[in-house]
Amino acid sequence: MTELSKSGAAVGEPTSASRPPSAFLEVRDLKVHFPTDDGLVKSVDGLSFQLEKGKTLGIVGESGSGKSVTSLGIMGLHTAGQYGKRKAQISGEIWLDGTELLSADPDHVRKLRGRQMAMIFQDPLSALHPYYTIGQQIVEAYRIHHDVDKKTARRRAVEMLDRVGIPQPDKRVDSYPHEFSGGMRQRAMIAMSLVNNPELLIADEPTTALDVTVQAQILDLIRDLQKEFGSAVIIITHDLGVVAELADDLLVMYGGRCVERGPADKVFYEPRHPYTWGLLGSMPRLDREQQERLIPVKGSPPSLINVPSGCAFNPRCPYADIPKDNVTRTVRPELTEVGSKHWAACHMTREQRERIWAEEIAPKL
Amino acid sequence: MSENSKDTAVTTADAAADGDVLLKVTGLQKHFPIKKGLLQRQVGAVHAVDGIDFEVRRGETLGVVGESGCGKSTMGRLITRLLEPTGGKVEFEGKDITHLGVSGMRPMRRDVQMIFQDPYSSLNPRHTIGTIVGAPFRLQGVTPEGGIKKEVQRLLSVVGLNPEHYNRYPHEFSGGQRQRIGIARALALSPKLVVADEPVSALDVSIQAQVVNLLDDLQQELGLTYVIIAHDLSVVRHVSDRIAVMYLGKIVELADRDLLYKSPMHPYTKALMSAVPIPDPRRKSEKSERILLKGDVPSPISPPSGCRFHTRCWKATEICKTTEPPLLELRPGQRVACHHPENFEDQQPQDTVLLSAAKEAAELVSEEVLAESAETSAAVAKAVEEGELAVEEPAAEEPAEDDAPSAEEPAEASEESAEASEESGEPEAPTEAPSKKK
Amino acid sequence: MLAYLIRRLFAAAVMLVVIITVVFSIFFIVPKWAGVDIALSFVGKQADPAAVEGVREKLGLGDPVFVQVWEFFKGLFVGRTYSGGGDTINCSAPCFGYSFRSEQAIWPVLKDRFPVTLGLALGAAVLWLILGVAAGVLSALKRGSLWDRGAMVVALAGVSLPIYFTGMLTLAIFVYGPLNWFSSDYVPLADDPAKWFSAMILPWVTLAFLYAAMYARITRATMMEILGEDYIRTARAKGLREGIVIRKHAMRSTMTPILTMLGMDLGALIGGAILTESTFNLPGLGREVLLAIRNQDLPIIVGVTLITSLAVLFANLVVDILYAVIDPRVRLA
Repeated sequence: MTELSKSGAAVGEPTSASRPPSAFLEVRDLKVHFPTDDGLVKSVDGLSFQLEKGKTLGIVGESGSGKSVTSLGIMGLHTAGQYGKRKAQISGEIWLDGTELLSADPDHVRKLRGRQMAMIFQDPLSALHPYYTIGQQIVEAYRIHHDVDKKTARRRAVEMLDRVGIPQPDKRVDSYPHEFSGGMRQRAMIAMSLVNNPELLIADEPTTALDVTVQAQILDLIRDLQKEFGSAVIIITHDLGVVAELADDLLVMYGGRCVERGPADKVFYEPRHPYTWGLLGSMPRLDREQQERLIPVKGSPPSLINVPSGCAFNPRCPYADIPKDNVTRTVRPELTEVGSKHWAACHMTREQRERIWAEEIAPKL
Repeated sequence: MSENSKDTAVTTADAAADGDVLLKVTGLQKHFPIKKGLLQRQVGAVHAVDGIDFEVRRGETLGVVGESGCGKSTMGRLITRLLEPTGGKVEFEGKDITHLGVSGMRPMRRDVQMIFQDPYSSLNPRHTIGTIVGAPFRLQGVTPEGGIKKEVQRLLSVVGLNPEHYNRYPHEFSGGQRQRIGIARALALSPKLVVADEPVSALDVSIQAQVVNLLDDLQQELGLTYVIIAHDLSVVRHVSDRIAVMYLGKIVELADRDLLYKSPMHPYTKALMSAVPIPDPRRKSEKSERILLKGDVPSPISPPSGCRFHTRCWKATEICKTTEPPLLELRPGQRVACHHPENFEDQQPQDTVLLSAAKEAAELVSEEVLAESAETSAAVAKAVEEGELAVEEPAAEEPAEDDAPSAEEPAEASEESAEASEESGEPEAPTEAPSKKK
Repeated sequence: MLAYLIRRLFAAAVMLVVIITVVFSIFFIVPKWAGVDIALSFVGKQADPAAVEGVREKLGLGDPVFVQVWEFFKGLFVGRTYSGGGDTINCSAPCFGYSFRSEQAIWPVLKDRFPVTLGLALGAAVLWLILGVAAGVLSALKRGSLWDRGAMVVALAGVSLPIYFTGMLTLAIFVYGPLNWFSSDYVPLADDPAKWFSAMILPWVTLAFLYAAMYARITRATMMEILGEDYIRTARAKGLREGIVIRKHAMRSTMTPILTMLGMDLGALIGGAILTESTFNLPGLGREVLLAIRNQDLPIIVGVTLITSLAVLFANLVVDILYAVIDPRVRLA
């Protein structure tokens, strides 16, 4: 643990392995690697961030950027879910409310799961067990962590279903997942994850499988519930619109690494990484005048087995040749502070990036 | 082959009479029967598409938006005749193709192609890219100039793939590249109409933009006509000239893009657009703009009576429950099926008693939105009373928070129609295409 | 749920009628078309023409096809009367006819043989379910381990070794060989349970070995697939103990394909485990039908075939009902 945290310190803030952090959740130099026949898949390769209670962190990235793997890593689901020899290799530190989770007893982490930290998944139809009623599944989630009889737990389930806006909760509690609509299922899923008042809620693409009007309802619900429960929320998505709605802080991931991180406002208005520019330019926007053309990022996301050396984004970056000595292809850029609480990992100088953003990118968006 | 050219010859005459309409759909219906009980009797039907009318003009892109279950994908499969309609009529270049059989459709298959959503399952993993893209030639028995291989390689380079990858298999390509392969296959026979069902929704954001731009370029170069079906309103706005909004098997609004996005008339369109999360954290506080709809889309098995949206609409009155509003062109280039449209004069002003469902729905809609909609409707009503021209209406009701200069809007619209008619000036070009192939 | 049940029952009844008709046609009508005289084969090669005619009349072989089918149905459900050649025989329901060879009524024979086969099939099924499912689950959980590989090699052996081989081997070792632990003489359960058990244990083990191997492989594959499902991840995310995740969440889903197999296998076995019964000399349906085939004793073959079909039908009905109990989504269908 001690050796690993050294590189975590490179992020910008001094950290020490033995000292619990002040933040409610702090991830230091998290690495999640999966051995496969083709090689080592470096899904997450050195990720650090902090999150306070009552705040929302948005993690944005494309498929394969490591955003979902990060969330499963925090929940400890890589170790619990692995059988056989192909176990995920996880290193780094995850501090949740003063406890380091990766070195903790797995059974202790299991007891935290569902109680102190809970998760909402992307597709509520496949994430709910098709053979048990919604009620049975919520009751189960409650009774793992509370020593109550079934009747009390059921009352709690009905109460939670009512809270997330399911009509006639006392009847619907006995329905099966397939009898619910997509939006209702996601509400039920949220009810289940909040039944134990968790302090950390991780929502992994919570609205991707839903229609846009239902998405609006669910985002609204998550926001209200966070206000009510005061929990810390991590929202993982590929949709910049969704994070803009909810997130206080933003973390942009690419190829298993963080390329930019900072307050949502800063990342949207003064992005300092070419990949973030690419994401903003790729997206048609309803709130702006019609763009003539979108500005796509060329090429495809990197293979996580052969992550390009140097900056992982360099093969797709239009500015890869600006820094001298081919440094973008040989040296991995570290996160450097580009503003107050705002970091980006790019070899271009801050001035170069500020100029490109202001002159070339921002006017076209 | 000769039969085919005869067909086209006949239909060109019809098409000319029809102006620049490439595809015309009238009263299109598709009901999927539901069987139940001991004897599997038909007890009902999913009204997937339930009487829609629209036309696609040569060279334009018609966007179709709607939520899942609104029938937009079924519609796509009906106009490409992958499904047989239950009722109504589909005319392609003036020729009725509604009930053509497999052999009757064969010549049409060259002119109408489809691009599918999932680039993973729509390509046969056992075939090389060359075989996949060349398949349409073999199926139609067409040998392009210079041979199939050369033509396939040309198509691959057109869609931005390396022609040397001819012998590779689909699994060697990324999602975006696979979608390009699907596009190359659709373009093989120089179709006139390409129907794309969610062409980018399975792709990553940065890849989506590549494919959207590619579709755009191909349309410019090849004079293609698109029907693009998607659930993502931002993408649809970006690619479309005109947009149809579907709800529960019906078109509720069909309008030129800018009219639709700047002053939607159907309450559903308005709610749908306000629900799209805006990638701008500074607007987080302006939650008041959002219209939250109550509950879910009702079941298409027993759709609500009258206007299908009345169960979730905050403006619904008694008439909405009993009478289905017709799709009327209330403003040039904007057709709406609503008794109480937004941004326009009320069509049923005498009917003022809100349904109880509407009162509940209104609780989810903020005061500002209600006030604004009342204001605009009143303004329009007044304008009409005073005998002002309908064309000026868009300017009069520009939503206050929209920073676009409102005067531009009608101008833009007319520019577009001018463009459309320019393009229609060359209807012979597509009819020539098949003969070249011989 | 009730509609589902009624529909299943109705479908089973229709299937039953179809099966009886088809079986009857194949065995009694097709030979006629093929030019084989059933009456002649009944009486024997050196029969005098009068006897052949008598038999033909008695069995109604000269009647139109649909009359024959109808008579056969009537025999099965209400009983029938054979008359001709001077005498009349009353055959009460269920009438499967008379053996061509022993001229005995068939139903008592079937009734006598059936419990042996049923005991063999059910006993073996219990054994292979326990062994196969347990081995499969363990393999899935310890995939890639020595246990997993070992179990799968044994399973492969089990699938590939024929019953007469394993059967002979166990007989050689445990009955005739050095370990003379079990008897090879079948005694009905009602007569002496201990002796019955002693005679049945080797057939059970032999049969179960083959099936357990198949079930282990299916269970392993299904379990591995289910463990990758999103709802299993959800169960873990709730903080459930892994044991409960497996038992309560994964096992229930794994049971679905196993039940399907069980329905088919059990049905087929009840019709007679021909190889096992012959190897161990058990007086079951399988051995009976083998004898009948050798003797060209058509009515017995028809009888056993019908019993087999019935058993498959019944087993599938039970499986369908169990499906609905396990998977609520099925109840809608």
